[in-house]
Parts: sequence; structure tokens; C-alpha cells
Amino acid sequence: MLTIAVSKGRIFEEALPFLEAAGITPVDDPKTCRKLILRTTREDVQLVIIRATDVPTFVEYGAADLGIAGKDVLLEHGAESLYEPLDLNIARCRLMTAAHKDAPPLSGRRLRVATKYVKIAQRYFANQGIQAEIIKLYGSMELAPLVGLADCIVDLVETGNTLKANDLEPRDLIMHISSRLVVNKAAMKMKNRAIVELLNQFEATLATKG
Amino acid sequence: MQQKDSWLLPDGIEEILPANAKHLESLRRRLLDMFACWGYELVIPPFIDFLDSLLTGSGHDLDLQTFKLTDQLSGEMLGVRADMTPQVARIDAHHLKHEWPTRLCYYGTVLHTRGDPLEKTRSPLQIGAELYGHAGVDSDVEVIRLMLEMLALMGVLNVHLDLGHVGIYRSLSRQAGLSPVQEGELFDVLQRKARPELAEWIDSYALDSDLKAMFLALPLLNGGMEIIGKARQVFEQADADLKQALADLETIAGRLARLFPSLPVSFDLAELRGYHYHTGVVFAAFTPAVGREIARGGRYDNIGGVFGRARPATGFSADLKLLAGLSSVKGPSEPENKIFAPCIDDAVLAEKIRDLRAAGNTVIQQLPGQAGDGAAMGCTAVLVQENQNWFIKNLA
Repeated sequence: MLTIAVSKGRIFEEALPFLEAAGITPVDDPKTCRKLILRTTREDVQLVIIRATDVPTFVEYGAADLGIAGKDVLLEHGAESLYEPLDLNIARCRLMTAAHKDAPPLSGRRLRVATKYVKIAQRYFANQGIQAEIIKLYGSMELAPLVGLADCIVDLVETGNTLKANDLEPRDLIMHISSRLVVNKAAMKMKNRAIVELLNQFEATLATKG
Repeated sequence: MQQKDSWLLPDGIEEILPANAKHLESLRRRLLDMFACWGYELVIPPFIDFLDSLLTGSGHDLDLQTFKLTDQLSGEMLGVRADMTPQVARIDAHHLKHEWPTRLCYYGTVLHTRGDPLEKTRSPLQIGAELYGHAGVDSDVEVIRLMLEMLALMGVLNVHLDLGHVGIYRSLSRQAGLSPVQEGELFDVLQRKARPELAEWIDSYALDSDLKAMFLALPLLNGGMEIIGKARQVFEQADADLKQALADLETIAGRLARLFPSLPVSFDLAELRGYHYHTGVVFAAFTPAVGREIARGGRYDNIGGVFGRARPATGFSADLKLLAGLSSVKGPSEPENKIFAPCIDDAVLAEKIRDLRAAGNTVIQQLPGQAGDGAAMGCTAVLVQENQNWFIKNLA
């Protein structure tokens, strides 16, 4: 039995073509079904539907053999205890700094940064030679510069519309983000044949997408 | 800390209660007895040691994992051991100095500043065995066999063995003339088998196309025995060291297949666990339901150099507490005769108790005014007096 951990929403939607090409179609629809373990059309594969930030944890412990997770989540989690053999090139977006459109360039003084990506932000500003004070938030990052909680934010930017609607503008690109297929290290050894087969199928789908 | 919380333990530190402690101790004794039967002699290195000596050859990882303090007598930095292997290597290199192969085993608590990301414990009970003074597949096979026998004795079921060889990556890096920085970058990427990142790095280096192809193939070279054949094709242009590494892996796997015909064995040629000090074959045991290796080891030649004598070495270690949790062997059963003796100051009784204990019985003597009787304390018999003599009377 192979267990694949996927998060609800965009990643799940965009991962479906990969799963289907490998003969894995969920029997239950996660949008309407409240089950957390989804059976699939393949007897030997099941999906677990969890929060995106929990995917590396499930896979690390071997609670799931494989998972699909954004590079942002992997970097923030610290994923050296996982294998991440494939970039599925889905759920693409950019991890950026953003500030009020009238704010001065981000540099020099001690910056206050609101983000849910504490580790990534720390590393990024340290590399820029900027001393940053990180404020951990769980959502609505865009609010922080407006109410004076922070000088800037670090967050994922897809279209930029949310930023614009709140008088913010994207500043510096930290990195491009896409979702990766991650594999538990022990599963890679003990279920090698099944996992390698799945990797090959995913890679074939990736190739057809150009 | 408030008084009411004084029972709390630090993160990742645990205490082991009677039933589990008994199980663990019985397993430990049986393991050390088995190691002794294989000629591995027990050594007991110190819990605390000079930092320099603890960090020998282990690189950055162990530096972060080691609790440090200053020795008020000498002003030197001391560390609480995070791994006993360097200490045992020192014993071989500096104290024993045998010309012949030395076989040593050890067990003891080690301390880690950060818990293992999966196990969370910061105080594993490390147990291991090391074989010094022989370079070659025979000693590798011996320690792998001993590790498998250890797991079998502990009743760990469905064990899976993974083999790798750090010489493969080392030899490719050397051929490619990678700088230490580049070697470190690729190491990190290979640890995660992150093929897209690997391709980017390799593209950014000035390498010939043969070498590029060889690096890119590394994260794909995992699987069954067929991997060795595949690797031979991929590494056709590689140097002799790399080809020798493949030959060694094949020999070891072949011998193990004859000794343990039903053991599943896999290969992973990009496995770089312990890359900083390992020099040859590396191996690890896995079992379903644990997302990481449960015992691991490999060859680490020349580590004794800093202690005065470089010797080939190979060995393995594991966390006894983790293994005990996976053990299907039942703990020792309660002693059949647990005898309760009354609280009476009587020379004949005292002698009777001494004789019973000497014969291996458990005798618990009542204390004046204590709560609960023999039955409550789990005793199966009591000592009763008849005509000046004491007899065992079974309860129930």
C-alpha cells in the first residue's frame, strides 16, 4: 500500500492530472466528502488530505510514503530528512517581499517583517545584510504594514491583486515556488519498485506538459 | 520552576519505568553476551570528554549536537559525548595498539543538543560494535552480519538492509575537481535526491559531458541488485576507485544473499549518510512503520590517525531504546516465586531468607506498619513459621 499526502485546494486540483495518468483517481471527492483518507481506483494507493504545512511532517515520519508540497513549505520546514526527486511545476507562484506603495526602499535600518515564513525570511534578510525582526503571523499578512505592525511582509504572490487591493506593492523576488513530489527515505528503500514506477509515471506526465 | 512541575523532565529526556527497564536491561545483557561470543570486547568510554577529541573526524553535525561546558580545572572545553564511536576509535588507536584486528563493543547514554527530528529523544542509549585493523569486504560483511544478528536477537521483524558506498560520490567529486564548497552544495542536494536542483548546479559547473551524466545519474541509482549492473554502464568512464566500490558492493551483497537468503537488500548509490567521516561501504537497517533507519554503520578508515595511529575501521551503532520499542521479544516474566516474609527479628528467619535469595528467589521482607500485604505487593507465597522452622506457603 502506498499512501500519498496531498493538501486540499490548488495543489490537489493541479496534482490530479499526474495522479490520473498513473491510474490513481480518488473514489471520493475531497470537496464534498469529509473523509481524510481517500480510497482511489488503484487498490494499492490511498490519499490522505491534510494541511499543506503538515505534508512534510507526515512524509518524514513515514505516515505517508509520498507527498506533494510547495517548495515554500519544504524550505520553511527544513526538509533534509526527505527526498524531493521531482519538481511537478504546479501551483506556481513567487515568494516575495512586499511593502506599502509609498514606503521607502527596504534597507539599512532594522526592519520589521511580518510573515508566516519565519526561517526563510530570516535567511533571506541575513543574506541581504539586513537586520530583520520577524513577526510570525498565520494569515492576513497584508494588514501588517497598513496598521504599522511591520515595515514589510514576506508572502506568496500569485496575481498581486490582494497586494494591490491593500495599497501594497511587490518589491523583491525571493524565489520562484512550485510543488515538489517528496518521498519518505525509508519508503524509498523498502517500497522502491512501486515508488520508482510512480516517479517514472509522474515524470512522463511532466514531459508531456512541456 | 514551581514546585508542582518538579516532576517534569527536560525536552527529549525520558525515564524508564520498572517493566520497560527490566525488558531493556535483559535485552542489553543478551546483546553484550552475543557480541562477546563474536569476540567483541566491551569498553566503557567516559560520559564527558575533551571536545576536540569528541569532534574528531565527525565534522559540523556532531559539533552542533554536542553539549559543551568549560573544565574549571584546565580551562579546556569539554563535551558530553553525542556519539561514542570517536571515543572507541581512540581506545583502539592509543591504548590497545594491537597489531592484529581489534573487536570492541560499547553501550551508553549519549546526549544530543537537538533531538532527532523524528524520534525527539535527546538521550539515546547507544549500543554498537567496531572492528579495527582490517580493510576489505570481509570485515564489512562481519559487522553487517553482527548488526543483523543483533536485530534478530531483539526480535525486530521484517528487517530491510540498504547498502551504499560514499567512495562513489567522493571519487566523482575528485574526478570533477570540485572545490570543497561545490562538494558541499552537491552533498546537500544529493541527500534530498533533489534532481531539478542537481541539474541546475551541474549546469553551472564547467564539467565535461561524461562527468555531468554520471552526477545526474546518481539519484536514480537506487533499487535492487540490478542497480549494480546499471551503475557499471553509467560509470564506464569513471576511475578505478569507483569501479572497485561497485565491485565491493556486489561482493558484499552476494555474500549476504547466501547467508540471509530471505533478507531484502536494496542499494542506494547516492546515500551519503555520515559522508564526512565514512570512507567506504555504508549500510542501514530499516523496518516498516519507522520512517528512518533503526541501525546504521559503515567503514571509516583512518579516523584513529589523530590519536596516533590510523587504522582501517568499520562498525555499526543503534539506539537500544528505539530497538527495545520495536522488539517482539517478550520481557522477562515475573519471577515464579516472589516470597513475602514477615517483619520478625528472628535469626532462623534471617538465615532462611538469605538461603532463598542465594538460590535466586525474590524475597521481600515486610516493614513495620507498612500498608498492604504480600498479595497486594504481587507476592505468590509467604513464609510461615511452624515448630521453630520457616516454610513457604503458596498464596491462593
